[in-house]
Amino acid sequence: MKTNRLSFSLQLLFTLCVCAFLIVPVFMSALAGLTVNHFVGLKSGLTLRWIVEVWNGYGDTIFRSIGISLACLAVTLVLGIPAAYVLAQRSNRITRAFEELLMLPIAVPGLATALALVSVYGSVGDFRGTSTFILVGHVLFTLPFMVRAVLAVMLALDLKTLEEGAASLGANFLQRFVHVILPNCRNGIVAGALMVLTLSMGEFNLTWLLHTPYTKTLPVGLADAYASMRLEVGSAYTLIFFAMTVPLLAATQALAKPRPRKFVDDQPTDAGLAIAK
Amino acid sequence: MIYLLLAPALIFFAVFFLLPMGQLFLLGGSGELGWLAYTEVLTNANYLQSMLATLLVALVTTVCTLIISAIAGVFLQRNQFLGRSMLTSLLTLPLAFPGVVVGFMIIMLAGRQGLIGQLTQELGAGKLVFAYSMFGLFLGYLYFSIPRTIVTVMAAAEKMDTRLEEAARSLGASHWHVVRDVMVPALKPALISSGAICFATAVSAFGTAFTLATRINVMPMVIYTEFTMSANLAMAAALSFFLGATTWLVLAIARSAGGSTVAAAG
Repeated sequence: MKTNRLSFSLQLLFTLCVCAFLIVPVFMSALAGLTVNHFVGLKSGLTLRWIVEVWNGYGDTIFRSIGISLACLAVTLVLGIPAAYVLAQRSNRITRAFEELLMLPIAVPGLATALALVSVYGSVGDFRGTSTFILVGHVLFTLPFMVRAVLAVMLALDLKTLEEGAASLGANFLQRFVHVILPNCRNGIVAGALMVLTLSMGEFNLTWLLHTPYTKTLPVGLADAYASMRLEVGSAYTLIFFAMTVPLLAATQALAKPRPRKFVDDQPTDAGLAIAK
Repeated sequence: MIYLLLAPALIFFAVFFLLPMGQLFLLGGSGELGWLAYTEVLTNANYLQSMLATLLVALVTTVCTLIISAIAGVFLQRNQFLGRSMLTSLLTLPLAFPGVVVGFMIIMLAGRQGLIGQLTQELGAGKLVFAYSMFGLFLGYLYFSIPRTIVTVMAAAEKMDTRLEEAARSLGASHWHVVRDVMVPALKPALISSGAICFATAVSAFGTAFTLATRINVMPMVIYTEFTMSANLAMAAALSFFLGATTWLVLAIARSAGGSTVAAAG
């Protein structure tokens, strides 16, 4: 029993150290973004000066990132849900090849994808100078997460029985898809949507090469601020980023927790945790 | 007919991924060196050195991440204590931090105005600063990978059969033997898949190195420098193709070894 207690304490201590490594910098950054003088510390008093400075200097990047992530969500929903449906219905060489293809933008470094996009579409009209150019990159990168999340829920459902039931009552394909399939996949769609928003909001590897001075996103602005502004400004900017993404993440985690079973077989899937798989 | 539903996604992919990737491949062979650009990674001492450094830091990151996350993950899954769920939430909070933010966190910790530097200075040992180096990059990748690996390990540990460990103990196995022969094999699929993701991310991620220092000599930084400073588009293309093939290969091997691999690199 004594060794057990010791083993427990050592492991707890270890885990607390890991936690400190991850969380202490977050608190330091949050504090630095809100104190008058980072060197002096809290004694120098709290201020919103740095937040205001970020707002004035980089406010546009915040709105652009929100816009791009919402557009990205819309596109991944339209492209991803039908694709997931096919993958759930059929399992053969075509669908497997498609799945493999879908994963490629995650396996290939963002730099390479961005270079490839620039080399083909970099000089096509005004395309390069618009936010749509960045949107394309974000869709490539986030689509697999949407498909995965929806597919996981679809595979846990008994699609065949549900569809046969609806069809026997006279529902055509469109009616079945909108009124039966989609509502039953709600959890997967929400999980995928949260994931897409979070990832798009934080995407940097692709965006750094795709952006122009007129299409800076939040993470691009962050990199810019880290390199050229005071530590306090960088911290305040980071704080704004946290305020935007941490709620999305918390929602994802809450969704991934197992819940009591409902009428339809609604097993907890790994959809919400797909980010870690 | 049902395959028509794949069409929108497929067309998008063909136009914005397959076509550009094909173009990138041709571009790689269009420079001064011609197709030899693709073997330049192995024959040019500078590129080879960066490639080896990249692989080494990725390997060390992967090993350390797996050990740290396995211990913490199994501990959190197995024990009930006050503050457990709070601790779990805190450990998974950085899950969605992009590489640039992770780089900044390392600067907060070990940069010129960082916590560790302040502490060592007050202790009279001089200002200890190591954020802007290969070691800082290693810490950044560790920071990036630990949260997502802990989540995977906890999910796998939940499914472990504790009776196997009891059986092993009752047969006289020591604590270390139980860990090595019962627990690690049970966690193996989770460790392989998260290890592969961790490795692939550390090889190809760009944001962390970019935030810490442009002097860090890893492959993504080399590609970026070739593209922007030397405007050597052909070489940048060849190098990124090489790097892409490396990460794809690692993930493919891991997948065939039974792990699911969907990474979320920032």
